[in-house]
Amino acid sequence: MTATTEINNIISEENLVYKKTDVLLDNEMHYCPGCTHGVIHKVIAEVIEEMDIQDKTIGVSPVGCSVLAYNYIDIDWQQAAHGRAPALATATSRLMPDKYVFTYQGDGDLASIGCGEIIHACNRGENIVVVFVNNAIYGMTGGQMAPTTLENQVTATSPYGRDCTSTGYPMKMSEMVSLLPGTRFVTRQSAETAGAVRKLKKAIRKGFENTREKKGLSFIEIVGTCSSGWKLSPTQSNEWMKENMFPYYPLGTLKDE
Amino acid sequence: MAKFKGAIVVDTEKCKGCGLCVVSCPTAVIELARGVNGKGYHYAHMANPDACIGCSSCGLVCPDTVITVYRAKAS
Repeated sequence: MTATTEINNIISEENLVYKKTDVLLDNEMHYCPGCTHGVIHKVIAEVIEEMDIQDKTIGVSPVGCSVLAYNYIDIDWQQAAHGRAPALATATSRLMPDKYVFTYQGDGDLASIGCGEIIHACNRGENIVVVFVNNAIYGMTGGQMAPTTLENQVTATSPYGRDCTSTGYPMKMSEMVSLLPGTRFVTRQSAETAGAVRKLKKAIRKGFENTREKKGLSFIEIVGTCSSGWKLSPTQSNEWMKENMFPYYPLGTLKDE
Repeated sequence: MAKFKGAIVVDTEKCKGCGLCVVSCPTAVIELARGVNGKGYHYAHMANPDACIGCSSCGLVCPDTVITVYRAKAS
């Protein structure tokens, strides 16, 4: 048997172990090659498919690269003003308590302009899931400094590296919200390896299960990459993230009640 | 001898050639092609198909979900 016929024998329906979930639409993603957003979209879609809640889930997309998330996941969506996704999600979950409401926000949206909204939504303990993608930079606008930018990190608006004496220190959002009594589940994950993606999937599933049990707010931070903003290749970005982001933003679950 | 034989199918026109699957593959099956797709990206392909064990690592880390994975018991 030649190698080609052997491969053709393996490629059949009964041997299928991994394929794109039907909850993800066929639209080609506009993200740059290697962007973590693609992996996170896929994981959310897979969790929605596994829990069979496609017709009961409402997402709130932010302003930022992921503003067009409604083009990719086949559920109901709202699009919030910059940073105001937790406010919209609050209204949606209070008006429709049977729905699974989640916000999908980047660090420019959640940690900067929307910092007030997220703190108060966490403090009220709204029954929502917050997916927070932290890549330490403003990706969509061209790689400017964000509140989460690391000390001495070079960006378009900090060409000599971030000077913390004048611009403050990188914000640890997960640690901040974990202190609030309203949050039930606060975790920080990543998505650079297959193992990390599996862990992330478990965390997002736990978030949606908390919503089902009306437990309160689940805050899932994902440390991600922005290869275009960081001016590195996708694989180099992952290495840079492991070397520089993980020591300051340690992975793990901070709160699980 | 591996217990399982695997194979992947890449949607080459949608692949953006980021190379994350290449580094995630534990058996070094995947490489970026010398040729390019319609958008000018060096798409991923199975360069060493005999070594594939169908572990789905490439599919899990692919940001554009262009990889479908198959696995069968080795005969």
